[in-house]
Amino acid sequence: MEHSSTFYNEIVTDHNLHPGHKHAVSDADYELEGVNPSCGDDIILQLKIEDGIVKDGGFTGDGCAISQASADMMLDLIIGKTTEEAKHLSDIFLRMIKGNITDAERDELEEAGVLQDISHMPARVKCAVLGWHTMDEIIDHPEKAESKSGDSKPGSGFTAMRGQN
Amino acid sequence: MNADLQREDEEIRKEFPILTPDEAYLDNSATVQKPQCVLEAMEKYYREMNANPLRGLYGLSVKATDAYESAREAVRSFINADSTEEIIFTRNATESLNLIGYAWTADHLKPGDEILISIMEHHSNLIPWQQAAARTGAVLKYVECDKSGSISEEAFRAALTPKTRLVCMTEVSNVLGCKNPIRQFAAIAHKNGAVFVCDGAQSVPHMPVDVKDLGVDFLAFSGHKMYGPMGIGVLYGKKEILEDMNPFLFGGEMIEYVTRDSATWNELPHKFEAGTVNAGGAVGLHAAIDYMQRIGWDTIIRREDHLTQYCMEQMQELPYIHILGSDRWENHHGIITFLIDGVHPHDVATILDSMHVDVRAGHHCAQPLLKFMGAMSTTRASISFYNTEQDIDHFIDALKKVRPEMGITE
Repeated sequence: MEHSSTFYNEIVTDHNLHPGHKHAVSDADYELEGVNPSCGDDIILQLKIEDGIVKDGGFTGDGCAISQASADMMLDLIIGKTTEEAKHLSDIFLRMIKGNITDAERDELEEAGVLQDISHMPARVKCAVLGWHTMDEIIDHPEKAESKSGDSKPGSGFTAMRGQN
Repeated sequence: MNADLQREDEEIRKEFPILTPDEAYLDNSATVQKPQCVLEAMEKYYREMNANPLRGLYGLSVKATDAYESAREAVRSFINADSTEEIIFTRNATESLNLIGYAWTADHLKPGDEILISIMEHHSNLIPWQQAAARTGAVLKYVECDKSGSISEEAFRAALTPKTRLVCMTEVSNVLGCKNPIRQFAAIAHKNGAVFVCDGAQSVPHMPVDVKDLGVDFLAFSGHKMYGPMGIGVLYGKKEILEDMNPFLFGGEMIEYVTRDSATWNELPHKFEAGTVNAGGAVGLHAAIDYMQRIGWDTIIRREDHLTQYCMEQMQELPYIHILGSDRWENHHGIITFLIDGVHPHDVATILDSMHVDVRAGHHCAQPLLKFMGAMSTTRASISFYNTEQDIDHFIDALKKVRPEMGITE
């Protein structure tokens, strides 16, 4: 029996099993819950942003390997970058998922480029973009995502992605 | 491998053009594949007898009407209803339930009345009642099951009150595979003065369902889960109840006399079939019923029981697999919903797909049940009698590769 290739390569499974950024960020400025109702992926993304630079970030929650690995790879990319650069990468990532990207752009995404083949799996697209979509919401609408410091209850904001039933 | 079984496998599978030995189709609770005779019957209808049924005064329309009405008779006989007046063609079980959800509840529920459903209902037997409750001021209540999926008579009796007007329950759960004691519960509900609606979407394709034996007031089911085409479904309703209801949809063919300001309604069942009907779909469903009767319940049930046992016992040997509902295969009716430690159900389904095994992942349109069971989402394998031991071997072999594929070492 031929076993067609999956996108569960070593990079994805490693980010899923051993994520570098799956932890709470105690001094985060912003936090937002991202939900993918069709799968039940549910993450809380926290970012520390100073002078327009993403100083630190982390995520907590549950979800499939695609959602978890994608969020982890995203944080690898955006920590240390300006919010404009983060938005630029997000724009490339979202276009990659729609199958509309150049090779040079894909190189900018570094490891996250391995998720390119998701564009052939419509049911999994929402999983791959959950972290990126949540980050976009924080940067575009920071007022909705301000972290209540000292309040340990996660998810002061909430963004739900439209899911099919 | 039993030679008789293998011969039977070959005999059955040669009638299903889409089935191949390389792909294990185990999403039969979502929809089943269609035998050649169903495809041919629909083609023959459109090639030789298509016209608008019930209207035309010419020979072709009479042929179309005969084909459509003989399908209705086939359905009546299949579920042992008293009369074809009690058989309404719809798009699917969902539409059948919505028909009751609008047309019956509007005139029969008042604020404070109660609708009782079980926690294991598919969204199609849940949202129509949520909405009917919101429109009428009735209260939606739930009876819960235990972890094996069993609803006790005590729990059912305790959930009924003098205000319970309507009880809606699935015969077989599309997630747990368990079978509810519909005959017993319908009798209790009737003594309590309530109307009983049975969702037969997962039972009618897999076991004899006799509406008189069950004593239900309504039964809803879909053609596409019982080897017929998509887009044709059935609502059975007791004649005296249907006669006491206003129509659901309004338009052509459901009327008798129309003036500028008013109309009177056609007789049953046409009162509930507004607009041009799906005659080709009904013809396909008729062929599907003939096909199931040719195979026979003995064969269907023997094979589905055997494959359920064969599959479940192998899954139960894998310590990282957890099956929802009963531990006993006899209570699963071909539906095995499970979790794998450390791997999200959507990843499980995607990996199985890469190995040519088709299963469903998600909440299976039963979010309140999954929440009650403590799972966000799950993976489900579901069996038809046309599956084979090789399909199950293929599935089990692929299941064993899921954790290694995700980098999890034992």
